Amino acid sequence: MDFNDTQEEAEFRQEARQWLGKHAEPKSGAFETWQSRYPAREGWDGLERAKAFQARKADAGFAALHWPAEWGGRALPPIYQVIYAQEETKFLVPRGYFEIGLGMCMPTLFAYGTESQKRRYAPAALRGDEVWCQLFSEPGAGSDLAGLRTRAQRDGDDWVINGQKIWTSGAHWADWAILVARSDPKAAKHKGLTFFFHSMKSPGIETRRIKQISGASHFNEVYFTDVRIPDSQRLGAVGAGWGVAITTLMNERLTSGDLRGPDFEEIFGLARSTMLEDGPAIANAAVRDRLADLYVKTQGVRLTRFRTMTALSRGETPGPENSIGKLVNAPKAQEIASFAMDLLDMGGIVMDKDVAPLRAAFQESLLTSPGGRIAAGTDEILRNIIAERVLGLPQDVRVDRDLPFDQLPTGTR
Amino acid sequence: MNFDFSADQKSLREQARKFLGEQASSARVRRILEGAAPYDAELWRGMGEMGWLGTAIPEPYGGAGFGHLELCVLAEEMGRSLAPTPFSSTIYLAGEALLLAGSDAQKKRWLPRITQGAAIGCFAMAEGPQVATPGNLTARVEGGHLTGTKMPVLDGDVADFAVVLAADGGAGRAGLFLVDLNAPGVTRTTVATVDPTRSHARIVFERAAAEPLGATGQGWPLAERLLDRAAVLVAFEQLGGAQASLEMAREYALGRFAFGRQIASFQAIKHKLADMYVAVELARSNGYYGAWALSTDAPELPVAAAAARVAACEAYYQAAKENIQIHGGMGFTWEFDCHLHYRRAKLTGLMLGSARRWKDLLVARLEAGAA
Repeated sequence: MDFNDTQEEAEFRQEARQWLGKHAEPKSGAFETWQSRYPAREGWDGLERAKAFQARKADAGFAALHWPAEWGGRALPPIYQVIYAQEETKFLVPRGYFEIGLGMCMPTLFAYGTESQKRRYAPAALRGDEVWCQLFSEPGAGSDLAGLRTRAQRDGDDWVINGQKIWTSGAHWADWAILVARSDPKAAKHKGLTFFFHSMKSPGIETRRIKQISGASHFNEVYFTDVRIPDSQRLGAVGAGWGVAITTLMNERLTSGDLRGPDFEEIFGLARSTMLEDGPAIANAAVRDRLADLYVKTQGVRLTRFRTMTALSRGETPGPENSIGKLVNAPKAQEIASFAMDLLDMGGIVMDKDVAPLRAAFQESLLTSPGGRIAAGTDEILRNIIAERVLGLPQDVRVDRDLPFDQLPTGTR
Repeated sequence: MNFDFSADQKSLREQARKFLGEQASSARVRRILEGAAPYDAELWRGMGEMGWLGTAIPEPYGGAGFGHLELCVLAEEMGRSLAPTPFSSTIYLAGEALLLAGSDAQKKRWLPRITQGAAIGCFAMAEGPQVATPGNLTARVEGGHLTGTKMPVLDGDVADFAVVLAADGGAGRAGLFLVDLNAPGVTRTTVATVDPTRSHARIVFERAAAEPLGATGQGWPLAERLLDRAAVLVAFEQLGGAQASLEMAREYALGRFAFGRQIASFQAIKHKLADMYVAVELARSNGYYGAWALSTDAPELPVAAAAARVAACEAYYQAAKENIQIHGGMGFTWEFDCHLHYRRAKLTGLMLGSARRWKDLLVARLEAGAA
């Protein structure tokens, strides 16, 4: 056992480190993000700068390390992506603009698009010239994605789209989108779906920002009113959209961002610097007990990632056991936020950045962390995934599997 | 990054699993549970023949000189099979204490006998139902003679020698001592515990000959270092037991039907099993880090060992407890094996000190590291 890179990995890490040192800006604090540095005009200023950085990153060959060389990649094994990401987190780099396009949309296009489509879209996505978003979730289709209702109706060489999508990251600045819609409501739920890509500038698309608990707006609602998509922009066969969507989602866990909030290090620091009624918080037995639990979880996830890296480094495929990271970290973030505020007692509610410790990072996290337990697979869905794909337990009994979609019962929420 | 066991270590695991599958079957474990003997002597002999007893003992003392990673691999398999032998007390505690603090003569005297299976060792620290502290330790050495009572001592009724923590060298100070348990002044009786698959004793010492192991007055720091090393090894036994409990629960849930379907298809059961899996994997990762620190004598060992122990204690207890729950009524019958892991989980969770205490230690060590 050791924690060392192979020689090739070490050389690559050095190359990445040097390039980042030259082209990326250092962070001014652990929680600084691209958006917090460049907040002007709701992120548009940040977007322009992000595109410029992305173009340099693509030119240097770091933008899609595992892609084939003909599309601007280096055809490297996934371990190199992990190494690059490790180096990149030490710098202030754009997050949330290109991951979906490069990590989810392009792999889907590579699998189902024509040669000319790949040539047209992949280089522009790689350099950040065009930003993509993913239109999957709907108000009535979250964890149960295949329950989506946005309609796609054939009209000559076009499809006409009507309906509503939700939780779309970056829809307000995206140029292109991938979309899954219901082409046949008489077919069974998973069999009546068809997959497309389309311009976000198409007439009939309206994007509205969603304001979250924290006051920030990372997501959008997207409304479709008679939006026309040429049939040439269909990916996969008519009615085979579910299979295409699975291809997209299989890539999702590789792209999930690392939004960093207060973690063990921060709560440990707070416990050492905060006084309770009977002395320093760190000296209180109940506090120590919880700190130890949090440390063991934090280390457990970190070290599990090392095991994943080992598998990648050996050219093995890490299994869905990767999903334990988010299942542990998301509730832990919420627990740390709440626990930290408890230590501050009556004053814990104060969110004034000039008063609250760490410029109110714990209070911010109290309000952002619930989203972490829901986005990209709820805690409950992740437990199902572990149960079914890792432990091989049976799927839930489905009452909706073979019925025509338009005969399924619906609720009022 | 190479945070995994090697191919050779994995083939050792396969070999151990096969051997223990035959030699430490449920029927064999139950013989000990039901009092046929304090431990499985035939299995113990077999382990000696396989060379397991000398795994991490250097060659000059008759060992195989592999290392602690190999010992971790074996520990996990022994935990999985609940192997009823004095391995942990002899190897992780008495053997490690000799390696840690023994003089060359002491090592030469005892280690070859351990590797040959000719001597069983044990570690005597606890003195009844309370945590042992410098303030309450009553066993005492005066003029080379030990007087006092130790209880419970794992394998104390079958051991040939003991490493004893006893007061010595002034107020609040202690030493480690080697005591020949077959010598005069030693009275041993077996005590009932929650896990009869591992034998425990009350040992009364009345002016028994005691030979210092390590420097005078260094008993507590030495014991702490010893417990760190044992904590990693026991964590692997716990991991093996936790994994076995998880697998047992999974098998049962797949085979048991209720309300017209497999109970493994109910989310209440699936989520419970997923939580058990997560706990075991977090404990495994913490355990691997402990194994790395132990095998390389890294300065990270005190923190890594405490984290490994806390994670393993909690994962094993959770897995063993929920395994009974998933088995329903059958889970609390004598006939099903669920209780064997439930018992062992609690035993291993306390034998080196409770997780509660190790959490406190862990935070103390993190504070020391951050200071």
